[in-house]
Amino acid sequence: MIRTARNHLSDLKKQLFGQSTARALFSIIVFVLIWELGSKSKDWFGFVTPWLGHVPAPTDVIKVWIGLLTDSSYWQSWVMSFLRVLAGFVTAMVLGIPFGLAIAVSRISYGIIFPSFEVLRPIPPLAWVPAAIIFWPTQELSIIFVTFLGAFYTIVINVLGGARAIDLRYFQVAESMGASKWDVFRRIILPGTLPSIMVGAAVGMGLTWEVVVAAEMISGGGGAVGSSGGGLGFFIWNSYVGGSYEQIIVGMISIGIAGFISSAGLRKLGELCTPWLRKR
Amino acid sequence: MAQEIDKNDFEQNEVVVDRVSKAYGTGQFAKPVVTDCSFSLQRGKLTVMIGPSGCGKSTLIRLLAGFEAPDSGTVTMNHKPVSGPSKERLVLFQETALFPWLNTYDNIMFGPRARGEDTAETKATVEKLLETIGLTAFRKKYPSQLSGGMQRRVELARAMINDPQVMILDEPFRGLDAMTKELMWEYYARLFESSQRTHFFVTTDIDEAIFLADRLLIMTHIPTKTTAIVDVDLPRPRKLTDLFESERANEIKMKALTLLHQEAMKSFSGGSKAAADFVDAYAKRKTENGKQA
Repeated sequence: MIRTARNHLSDLKKQLFGQSTARALFSIIVFVLIWELGSKSKDWFGFVTPWLGHVPAPTDVIKVWIGLLTDSSYWQSWVMSFLRVLAGFVTAMVLGIPFGLAIAVSRISYGIIFPSFEVLRPIPPLAWVPAAIIFWPTQELSIIFVTFLGAFYTIVINVLGGARAIDLRYFQVAESMGASKWDVFRRIILPGTLPSIMVGAAVGMGLTWEVVVAAEMISGGGGAVGSSGGGLGFFIWNSYVGGSYEQIIVGMISIGIAGFISSAGLRKLGELCTPWLRKR
Repeated sequence: MAQEIDKNDFEQNEVVVDRVSKAYGTGQFAKPVVTDCSFSLQRGKLTVMIGPSGCGKSTLIRLLAGFEAPDSGTVTMNHKPVSGPSKERLVLFQETALFPWLNTYDNIMFGPRARGEDTAETKATVEKLLETIGLTAFRKKYPSQLSGGMQRRVELARAMINDPQVMILDEPFRGLDAMTKELMWEYYARLFESSQRTHFFVTTDIDEAIFLADRLLIMTHIPTKTTAIVDVDLPRPRKLTDLFESERANEIKMKALTLLHQEAMKSFSGGSKAAADFVDAYAKRKTENGKQA
């Protein structure tokens, strides 16, 4: 069906003014309102709320945030974290996809590699932080390494599972039409695994953000001077040490937004790579 | 009535199945599925095999395709014994197995591309095929965007483009609704008539069988063997309207039904639910046809 520009426009209208937008706005407004009220008042209906009372109010957070918007070191933290996530994630994809495919198609490589892989897999990436700092020449590389681990296992497991779940009939059909092993690999296994690769990538991306922030906190922001080179994780840690509670919240929300942007970008990429899964 | 194979058969036919038997399981648990079964496929003709459900037709297909070897007897294609799968004997399976990640055009082009035959000539053939199956406008659609009937047509085209010497079709239109099924017969008949290749079509549907066949093989209940051969001497190209009006077609149908009925009754007494349904369905059709005439 041909989609006209008018269709797109009305879709956009529906998205912007539809029920789901209203619900989303309602949810955020109520959340911020409770937060504001909680942090401004020492007690609620006679109940003392110390846990909420110490949290900076959203209005104060926004004030601090506006001030930070013109601060280049804040933006530098964004860039650093993004670069680390990108480096770790891309490495995990570049190594993880061929690795997963190799153990999926070859019984021998599966038998040799998979047992060690399964022993290493349960080790949380963060447990690697001290070892990574010792093994790698720079702190930057150790952070990227830990970030890479966060995504690597998930991607490999998804590729392996996806390749194995391909319907046997596709192989039969391809072989009966005279397809070679190489043809079967690139025309059946590769596209057949693509949806699982995308799922693995999406989960891996989320893990990458979790890991990078923690790694930045533990390793002290890659040894960079001050707060500028440390990334968002170190930004939060630094704010905590410096006693700026508003900045902690700004850092947290920034990570949320950064993670959201990466996931949205990845989803778009996934849709472009697997056009056959798109709804009519 | 069962066919005996003699020397002439090997000369005249593309594929000869000679006293083939096949059993599953071993020792005292062995269950014979095909016993002493003989038939042949005439070159360039469409042979339809029909028999009660669960009668071992699928086993025969696997033997013909070379996926399995018979316990005794031989399957020969142009004097050479069949020893394994070959792209000269292409099987179209029951369930749709189009590649979901390829659009209509690319699905049809799969075989030629795999063999490095992505030539202008092939492209022209694809165009012709798309036109024959009425899907020129759907060339860029993915299988998930096509209806069940359309998917089957694409599958037919994807198999036919490889121009195998023998096409084997295992109930390809099973599960489609009656209207779509009848349309599919016409599409398929057109494809067959233009291909001039040997086709082997397995079905449980008597109308489908008579509309498509040059020759009808009627099979017994398990263990399967050929009960009878009925030549369907209706002129080609065939039209559905002709089928329902033609007296000759009705004659053939009655003859085939009588034979099938006997077989189905045998298996019915054997306690098979599927066979009982089969008898019911055909008995009903028979009376309806009687009313029409």
